[in-house]
Amino acid sequence: MGLPYWAMILFAIASMAIVGMVAERIVLRPVLGYPAFTVVMITIGLGYVLRGVVTMVPGWGTETYALRTPFSEGILKLGDVVLAVQQLAVIGMTALLCFVLYLFFRFSRIGIAMQATSQNQLAAYYMGIPVRRVNMMIWGLSAAVAAFAGILLAPVTFVHSNMGFIGLKAFPAAVVGGFGSVPGSIVGGLIIGLVEALAGFYLPEGFKDVAAYVVVLVVLLVWPSGIFGETVRKKV
Amino acid sequence: MNWGQTPGSDDSAPLGSDPILELANVEASYGPVQALRGVSFAVPRGKIVTVLGANGAGKSTVLKTISGIIDPQKGQIRFDGEEIQGRSPDWIVRRGISHVPEGREVFPLLTVEENLRMGAYTRRDPGGIAEDMERVYEYFPILRERSRQEAGQLSGGQQQMLAISRALLSRPKVMLMDEPSLGLSPLLTQEIFRIITRINREQGTTILLVEQNAHMALDVAEHGYVLEVGRIVMDDTCANLAKKEDVQEFYLGMKAGGVRGERRWKKKKHWR
Repeated sequence: MGLPYWAMILFAIASMAIVGMVAERIVLRPVLGYPAFTVVMITIGLGYVLRGVVTMVPGWGTETYALRTPFSEGILKLGDVVLAVQQLAVIGMTALLCFVLYLFFRFSRIGIAMQATSQNQLAAYYMGIPVRRVNMMIWGLSAAVAAFAGILLAPVTFVHSNMGFIGLKAFPAAVVGGFGSVPGSIVGGLIIGLVEALAGFYLPEGFKDVAAYVVVLVVLLVWPSGIFGETVRKKV
Repeated sequence: MNWGQTPGSDDSAPLGSDPILELANVEASYGPVQALRGVSFAVPRGKIVTVLGANGAGKSTVLKTISGIIDPQKGQIRFDGEEIQGRSPDWIVRRGISHVPEGREVFPLLTVEENLRMGAYTRRDPGGIAEDMERVYEYFPILRERSRQEAGQLSGGQQQMLAISRALLSRPKVMLMDEPSLGLSPLLTQEIFRIITRINREQGTTILLVEQNAHMALDVAEHGYVLEVGRIVMDDTCANLAKKEDVQEFYLGMKAGGVRGERRWKKKKHWR
């Protein structure tokens, strides 16, 4: 659209936040109070529908685009290690995002209210937390984070309508780390990424793609709720 | 609608001319099950009032209807001169009603302090919140010691203390308490009730208490209502209630002769 990179980032994040909130309002609010699995299935379904709609837009949906970034092409040499500036920027921005999210959930009133709502919706109502509005903000926030992740990913994989399938890799990472735990998802992501890279290098062709799922199986056998998974027992 | 009229027998103590909370013919149901069949009662300002009743009588439903978790199908709920039925729970908390739910319902993965902050969610005065936090720590010193621990790791009694403290942090005019003694040892129950009386006396908070432990409830409250299958069947001062044969038999567990079962409330022909 001819906007400068940073303006484009802000625009993409803001518009995705709105998309997230609209999706909550229209698709997810009717299932408020249903089990998490219902919500998961609905969002996967919604993802397929949106992807289908995008590919139907003529001359837009099926193309692959490159995203130019201010960091492109540079190389950093540290002794024998050669690192692409591009990738370092992605890592740095991810770390920054995690840190900001951590501060938000740990210290801001609304961030704590989001956690409270997810832990005990009924009690959140009792506290006078506007549960519906908080839910809407949660979906807006998660869509915004997804947009940010997409922007970080774009220079590496190019932009196309199926780039969201990288999420299938995020799923094992979340399971390994433990659902609902932010440090868990970081550790899970590192484990999955390393295992995949090492399997691709040392093991025969084909192992790279299954390695992540083997790890998931093993972890689930040993720690059914993931490494950092929270097991909550209710006291009576 | 006769707002001034109090339901109940003629010999009941006068409730005062200034009830802070008043229910008139409130009907509510869970899906097809009608839980409240026209409940009317009044809670005088600054008092402790209790609602007694067996399991399934609708006690919790009364509280949930007041705090807006359940919308009543019929009837009015009047709080501080304003009708509040059908309003959202957060609006009702803002007006000054807070709810200590049955079974504590703390936020298990938040720290004690974060739980308390959530109790003050509707407020915007950091100074006042800090003050109130000090006060609840003074009521329950153990919470100060555990302030950085996750609420899920507290014992049942400590969670109950947290639930009460959390409800206090919205600086309520009326506090609804649902079974605060549930699952607690007799000693802890006594301590909790001591604090409840203190809160009422020191802060002038009106308390509407629902309890299985009728002994305790009749002891701390001034006025009591007995709820059976969704209706108020008795209304009197607690001193008088404790003397009534039926209350002694059904709620205090004292046997009165061999006529047990003959005088079930359900068989009463006339409902007040």
